[in-house]
Amino acid sequence: MNQQLIISLGREFGSAGHEIAERLAKLYALPLYDHNLLDELAAERNMDFQVLKEFDEVKRNKLLTRTVNGMSSCPAQNVASMQFDFLKKKAAAGESFVAVGRCSEMVLREYDCMVSIFILGDMDKKIQRVQKLYNKSAREAERFIRMKDRKRKQYHNSHCDGKWGDSRNYDISVNSSILGIDETIRILSEFINAKMKQMDRKTE
Amino acid sequence: MVAQVLAVVIFLSMFVLIITEVCERHVITLGCGLLTLLLVFGLGMHSMDAVMETLNLQSIFTPGFWYTAGEAAESSSGINWQTIIFIAGMMIMVEGMANVGFFRWLCMRIAKLVKYRVIPIFITFMVLSSVLAMFIDSITVILFLAAVTIELSQLLKFNPVPMILSEVFCANLGGSATMCGDPPNIIIGTSLGFTFADFMKNTGVIVLTALVFVVLYFYLVFRKELQGSGVSASECERFPDPSEAITSRRGFFISTMIFLCAVILLVTHAQTGLSVSSIGVFVGGVTLLAAGRDAGKLLKKVDYKTLLFFIGLFVVVGGLEQTGILRLLAGFIGRVSGGNIMLMIAIIIWVSAVASAFIDNIPFAATMIPVISNLAAAQGIDLSILAWALAMGTDVGGSATPIGASANVVGVATAAREGHIIKWGRYCRAMAPATMMVVLISMILIYVRYL
Repeated sequence: MNQQLIISLGREFGSAGHEIAERLAKLYALPLYDHNLLDELAAERNMDFQVLKEFDEVKRNKLLTRTVNGMSSCPAQNVASMQFDFLKKKAAAGESFVAVGRCSEMVLREYDCMVSIFILGDMDKKIQRVQKLYNKSAREAERFIRMKDRKRKQYHNSHCDGKWGDSRNYDISVNSSILGIDETIRILSEFINAKMKQMDRKTE
Repeated sequence: MVAQVLAVVIFLSMFVLIITEVCERHVITLGCGLLTLLLVFGLGMHSMDAVMETLNLQSIFTPGFWYTAGEAAESSSGINWQTIIFIAGMMIMVEGMANVGFFRWLCMRIAKLVKYRVIPIFITFMVLSSVLAMFIDSITVILFLAAVTIELSQLLKFNPVPMILSEVFCANLGGSATMCGDPPNIIIGTSLGFTFADFMKNTGVIVLTALVFVVLYFYLVFRKELQGSGVSASECERFPDPSEAITSRRGFFISTMIFLCAVILLVTHAQTGLSVSSIGVFVGGVTLLAAGRDAGKLLKKVDYKTLLFFIGLFVVVGGLEQTGILRLLAGFIGRVSGGNIMLMIAIIIWVSAVASAFIDNIPFAATMIPVISNLAAAQGIDLSILAWALAMGTDVGGSATPIGASANVVGVATAAREGHIIKWGRYCRAMAPATMMVVLISMILIYVRYL
């Protein structure tokens, strides 16, 4: 693949979004950046991974932080900015990759080669999946899903302009519960291929 | 009564909006300033005079605004144009100095002078931070000092966080020594008619005394984290030469001369009669002339948002002043202290310090100036004593938390950008005791010297 391709994937917890991202990365032979991005950052800057993890995907606390001339005292914001800068650097270098979360659909929106995807799911299907993966009761699983989604939404909406899950910010939003994981991946890959062809035509 | 309620509601809303950072702070103060003009002065007071007094534009066209003949006396009411013009001029001068590499050169030069040994760098950078912050805004001081500290930490293999924290503290402390070091001091000085020399002789002495304790404190707290690091003399040879930081030799020479001129003019402004606004216009103008074709670039870099923030803020505080709210507050402090000056000083310095640790110290100082003026007049106390207490409380109190002062945010953000996350606990464990120590020293020195 000569053309640059960036797949940005946002997801509801339990919607199999991460698995879809992994399989898309495999399908297109692209590196996947999710929380593993922290490992790269920690190694690159000789940082304590645990400190980075503590503030990963954490919303900005406006009461206990302050911004001066674009510089923030907020650790969560600084960790988020490091990840955003990392993704921007990779994209600017012409690299192709799959980014999971990290407000990537907003951070990299200037790149025409980006396909932004949001995966959602029906609550009953998400509960079943989370019960299986985390060995939880249905009630616990539902509470866990709501808590995780609330945190993701707060993180996303406090670090960038667009709203988390708002279909207007993504190229395509898919409910993975309707057709299942395999079929969802097939449809997404068709969409990605079509967009790449269109990009090819534009560059010719 | 309606005007008073409106003024208080607008003022408190402004604070809440600034803290929650709903939008940029200059938009907040300008919006609240506009509401003050319309609702407080228009709807509540029906007073065009209050509007004119608060906008205070006529003051710019008086000779006293530019030349005070040794009797500096700016009205404390409304927009303090002296402060705004002075800060604008200093911003241009500082941009000029930064452009030619002055600050980086100075930091690298000092590091080389102490042979790149970590503990001597730690101590000299604290002193340098204090001295620079006496004349230059603390944001610029920390921006350069923290960047060089991180660079040196990578070369000399030490943790930069202790050094950055102590530099931040010393910048805030140094800023309180002079009239132009910290915005609250500029506002206090121009509003109450104090000179640069007045500050040096009063807050300056307190700061020099406190600095000795502060350097000792940070040395004792951080020495274990910094000892054992460093490199051999042969490795020092490979370090960048300080002169590499200079982008233009001619520009460097001119910028240094302008800076020295600014210092001399400020130190002698009581004798020459030049007001701080004249000095601001002079240093800004000369910097632009010297910059030649780059003058436009320098002007673009001026932080207009901060200047607009000040304008809006002065209007909102003017609303409180015109409606008599600040007189009521002064009366309340007078009653609580029972006319006891020691208690009054303690209240002013500690309340200012605690408030400044959590909220922006500039609006706080601007609000407290009319309060201490009223308090001094009503209780028959020397206004200057309360002014020094207010200056020390607001300037030093901001060091206690990561959000208390702009320099803290810049220091924390610069460290974070290079991968050194400073959490609230880590910050406060080192800085809050130092803040309390300096506030206590200041209070004791004020008691001993003036009472």
